[in-house]
Amino acid sequence: MADSQKELGAAFNKRDRDWHPAADTPAYRSTILRSPKQKLVMLEQSLSETTGPVFGQNAIGALDHDLIQNFAQPGESPIGERIIVHGHILDENGRGVPNALLEVWQANAGGRYRHKNDSYLAPLDPNFGGCGRLLSDENGYYSFRTIKPGPYPWPNGGNDWRPAHIHYSLFGSGFAQRLITQIYFEGDPHIALCPILNSINDPKAIDQLVARLDMEHTVPMDIRAYRLNMILRGRDSTMFENRMEGN
Amino acid sequence: MSQAPNLKESPSQTAGPYVHIGCTPNFVGISGVYEEDAGRGMLSDETKGERIHIRGRIFDGAGDIVKDGLIEIWQADAEGLYNSPDETRGTADPAFPGWGRQPTDLERGDFVFDTIRPGRVPASDGRMQAPHISLWIVARGINIGLSTRLYLADEAEANAQDPVLASIADPMRRETLLAVREGDGFVFDIRLQGDRETVFFDV
Ligand SMILES: [Fe+3]
Repeated sequence: MADSQKELGAAFNKRDRDWHPAADTPAYRSTILRSPKQKLVMLEQSLSETTGPVFGQNAIGALDHDLIQNFAQPGESPIGERIIVHGHILDENGRGVPNALLEVWQANAGGRYRHKNDSYLAPLDPNFGGCGRLLSDENGYYSFRTIKPGPYPWPNGGNDWRPAHIHYSLFGSGFAQRLITQIYFEGDPHIALCPILNSINDPKAIDQLVARLDMEHTVPMDIRAYRLNMILRGRDSTMFENRMEGN
Repeated sequence: MSQAPNLKESPSQTAGPYVHIGCTPNFVGISGVYEEDAGRGMLSDETKGERIHIRGRIFDGAGDIVKDGLIEIWQADAEGLYNSPDETRGTADPAFPGWGRQPTDLERGDFVFDTIRPGRVPASDGRMQAPHISLWIVARGINIGLSTRLYLADEAEANAQDPVLASIADPMRRETLLAVREGDGFVFDIRLQGDRETVFFDV
């Protein structure tokens, strides 16, 4: 027990900052004035980084994971392609992360966000809010239902269109694992053109954000499934090995 | 010997300008989905400790206020204990979650946290750290969330012993992490660039 406690509190692997986008990627113009210029200061992790908030199932409403229903008027549903997005939330050691809070937000099928600062021509959908959340199950699996978001144009100095995407935020067990990123969909021609997505250098890293059509979990005559695994930082695996040998 | 699979963390992408829809939907008028926005309130009547009010703004490299940001904080309770299953030194105040989340105001750009003065928490080598609050900042134009810490300027003695503050060579830069008392609370401004750029950490 003492060993597994130790493992719980173990430090996280160093973040591979070459795998993530750099702070300053001028093709995505908003980064120019919002990227720190000084080098990050290395911080030796303490409990302040290795611990983090825990969320209980009682904080999550019954329809929170169902964007098709959670804002719709009774008996109605939003316009667009019905999809399930699902997969496994893992850490870098390949272990499922149970009880991870996943929050998602997105534009509607026309590419319009329900937000006062979004004035895109495409109309709001009275039956679509665009937010959802869930906790991963005891093995780290997640699943939510939504409408496939539409691509949308954005002011970046040219003719830039975002690929269809769902934003997401993930909590693991430590505050140093906090992550916000985006889900894309395979086959979208905008993926290759997007300055935000191409702020990531390695094509393999980009590929890690692209959900695949999953016919196995597609429900006939009802809803198509896309599958994507999400990976959080892992805790020091030497600690993990020690525990394995200690057992 | 079992070799643990070596997966890579999912790469970060900006939270974009509409992060509120997912993280604070009620704040942008999406009501009736979540009862309340997660992390909005950290205090109840039962919470132990000295109440502190923190406010600030985020400035970009042109000195303009960032009005689409979101800040999360994580801190110990008044006794220095974290409300987390990984906390093994004792049981934290059940009336204090330790985690808070606030958007920057869409018009004025200011953020506000009402919380308590945290207790001291040891560093990994056992030395005591000064009372501090961990911050995580996202916004449009921030490709990967920024981690920093808030220290309280009136904890001068503890701050002088703090190993993280000590690891920042330039005393001028150290000062960017100090929240200063002003009126009924503390002010903590965050500068993304410029000659007073806030210290951000590789945690
Ligand atoms: Fe978006």
